[in-house]
Amino acid sequence: MTGNRGLWHWLTTTDHKKIGKLYGVTALAFFVVGGVEALLIRLQLATPNGEILSADAYNQMFTMHATTMVFLVVMPAAAALTNYFLPILIGARDVAFPRLNALSYWIFLFGGLFLTLSFFVGGAPDGGWFGYAPLSTQVPEVVRMDYWALGLLVLGLASVLSSVNFITTVLTLRAPGMTLMRMPVFAWMATVVSFLLLFSLPIITIGLLQVYLDRNLGTAFFSAAGGGDPILWQHLFWLFGHPEVYVLVLPAMGIVSEVLPTFSRKPLFGRPFVIFSGIAIGFMGFGVWAHHMFTAGLGPVAEAAFALTTMFIAVPTGVKIFNWLGTIWGGSLRLKTPMLFSLGFIFLFVIGGLSGVTHSIAPADSQQHDTYYVVAHFHYVLFGGAVFGLFSGVYYWWPKVTGKLLNERIGKLHFWLMFIGMNLTFAPMHILGLNGMPRRTYRYAEGLGLDLWNLVATVGSFTIAASVAVFFWNAYRTAKRGEVAGNDPWDGRTLEWSISSPPPEHNFDVVPVVHSEDDFWHRKYTEDASGNAIPLAASAQADPGHPETIHLPSPSYYPVLSAAGIFVMVVGLVYLPWGLSVVGGGAVVTLWGLFGWSMEPLTREDHG
Amino acid sequence: MSAAVHEEHAHDPAHIRKVAMWVFLGSECLLFGTLISTFLLYRTRTGDGPTAAEIFDIPFTSISSFILLMSSLTMVLAHHSTGRKDWRQMRVWLVATALLGMTFLAGQVFEFTGFVEEGLTVTTSPFGSSFFVLTSFHGTHVAVGVLMLLVTALMSYTGRWRPDAGMDVELVGLYWHFVDIVWIVIFTVVYLLGV
Repeated sequence: MTGNRGLWHWLTTTDHKKIGKLYGVTALAFFVVGGVEALLIRLQLATPNGEILSADAYNQMFTMHATTMVFLVVMPAAAALTNYFLPILIGARDVAFPRLNALSYWIFLFGGLFLTLSFFVGGAPDGGWFGYAPLSTQVPEVVRMDYWALGLLVLGLASVLSSVNFITTVLTLRAPGMTLMRMPVFAWMATVVSFLLLFSLPIITIGLLQVYLDRNLGTAFFSAAGGGDPILWQHLFWLFGHPEVYVLVLPAMGIVSEVLPTFSRKPLFGRPFVIFSGIAIGFMGFGVWAHHMFTAGLGPVAEAAFALTTMFIAVPTGVKIFNWLGTIWGGSLRLKTPMLFSLGFIFLFVIGGLSGVTHSIAPADSQQHDTYYVVAHFHYVLFGGAVFGLFSGVYYWWPKVTGKLLNERIGKLHFWLMFIGMNLTFAPMHILGLNGMPRRTYRYAEGLGLDLWNLVATVGSFTIAASVAVFFWNAYRTAKRGEVAGNDPWDGRTLEWSISSPPPEHNFDVVPVVHSEDDFWHRKYTEDASGNAIPLAASAQADPGHPETIHLPSPSYYPVLSAAGIFVMVVGLVYLPWGLSVVGGGAVVTLWGLFGWSMEPLTREDHG
Repeated sequence: MSAAVHEEHAHDPAHIRKVAMWVFLGSECLLFGTLISTFLLYRTRTGDGPTAAEIFDIPFTSISSFILLMSSLTMVLAHHSTGRKDWRQMRVWLVATALLGMTFLAGQVFEFTGFVEEGLTVTTSPFGSSFFVLTSFHGTHVAVGVLMLLVTALMSYTGRWRPDAGMDVELVGLYWHFVDIVWIVIFTVVYLLGV
């Protein structure tokens, strides 16, 4: 057996915490890639008649910026935190299927590399992140959209497998006493997200398969000339695409629901309502997709119906906002960096949510459609919402993962730069959009009144870039000489703070027995008559340790091998017909991996 | 059920894998649901090509459907044998299930060949595209199931056969019954409603 470091160790690890770290590092790397793409877009648009990018390069940039940020940054960043913390939050030693977990990561990584590889072999996908047919199904000789369709298929496979894994983990591996309603809200939101992925990804999988077959086999799914219906693609895409929006933002809502109580020193206000509104958002997320298609000509009945469901879905979201405000109200607030990011989340998400409600009014939406107003809206939700929430989680859990606290002063600089940069970049886009500036056009003429706000947006985008650089500096500085965190730096409420930082390989010496929600808090504090927290004597919180025999999953190279085979297969599928032999080679590798996997014993020798 | 009993049950690896299989099959429902929806949208869009009523041979497909449904019976018998730890009989029923599955697949290949000769291919019309992609997607699932059945039967000869191996059979069985149920839907929606 190899040691705890080295490439081979990382390639074969089945530890959910190490896999979580792999997801996190990969997401940060792609964050830089997607960020550079965004900066190039903003440079091009800084002045009228920009000269930085050609129309062709611009199309690749906006397609890959969105695809990268959605599938290779926000989703894996949430997967990183879910992988690392879901088992710990529910008192488990690992996920239900550790090797399957590794397989998910490697499939995801190879899918991301496959998509990015397209830049170097004749150009990246250029048909928008939603790949509208028939644009995406035309010109089969240019393989860019094959890279897109196959890349998303591979990434979808990775997400479905990890969803099955997370759901099974939550359903079967909770610690004694950890009832569903006692689960931390982040664990709840991760579960809802897993169900959303489980049921929405198959829809886009079939859609992508149909796009691929239209391009390579000459089927007639989306070809109007062949009798097919391009609108079907829009339905399939948005039936996936709208639940996907909640896939991106619900993890952030879960993080905020953990951070606000900790830094307000109060339990989450209306906890069951926050959980149930998360579930409600999950259900309703499947019933609003056609509001992306108000200009497709669905007819007044369908448009009215989807306008209503879209207004309606704002209700559970509003419930959450008010519960978060209720949590802060009257609390003893500590404005540490994680708390700032969570407060920033609420502020920016409310703005993005409200501009979203304006889209639900179908006649108004017809004016806003395909303008920068929409770009402004979804960046407030996905950058101001998802990314701020995720950074809140990063600052919150960094000490648990690394054992060291990120520097507070640099962290606050990061927050304020990002907050100001975010608003400088995206607030002007509301105005640009309402003044009629269309999305996805690489130039605008002088004298249309668009110059000033475009320049402001570009300045803002570089402010965001600077804030990200500050974050990396903070991470580097902390690794070198950061303050040692201890087990419980924030006076936390949930189980992860009851174990060492970083946690031992097996998470818990003794599987905890849970007696209430916020169990760890109640092990530390009791209440006096007026509800003030009174610390318990140290002896009362000590956890008697009886180290038992712990089985941990063995490292395995079969997951990475199987995933590599899948990578080879999709590369071959781009270049039909001669690629067919490559596909065969990849299939052999994958089958070899899966067969070896099924014959491999699960656990190594007893631990400790 | 007391909490202690529940806990023991919940951490049983066999139980965990069964939960995962159910969750996975939930996802599979949406895959087939999307394909069936696409077919329903396109079932009359036959262009210049043949229509459903012109090419479907209902008696033939009824027989192959019956064969596939009978394989669910043999699957149940295989699972039943694991309860009695009668590994020999279990292998017999597993192989019988696989053979019935292969018979169904052979019928599908035969049927498709006929359709192509009558002028319906995957490129003829949206009807052709959605028909062939839906049915061959299902056929691929049957083929994967056959592979799983044969591997399970073969593995029971090796020294790695575990005491809880009955669970493997139950998992394969869940998958196999699911694929059969999907076929009932396809047979009804695609074939019977089509003529």
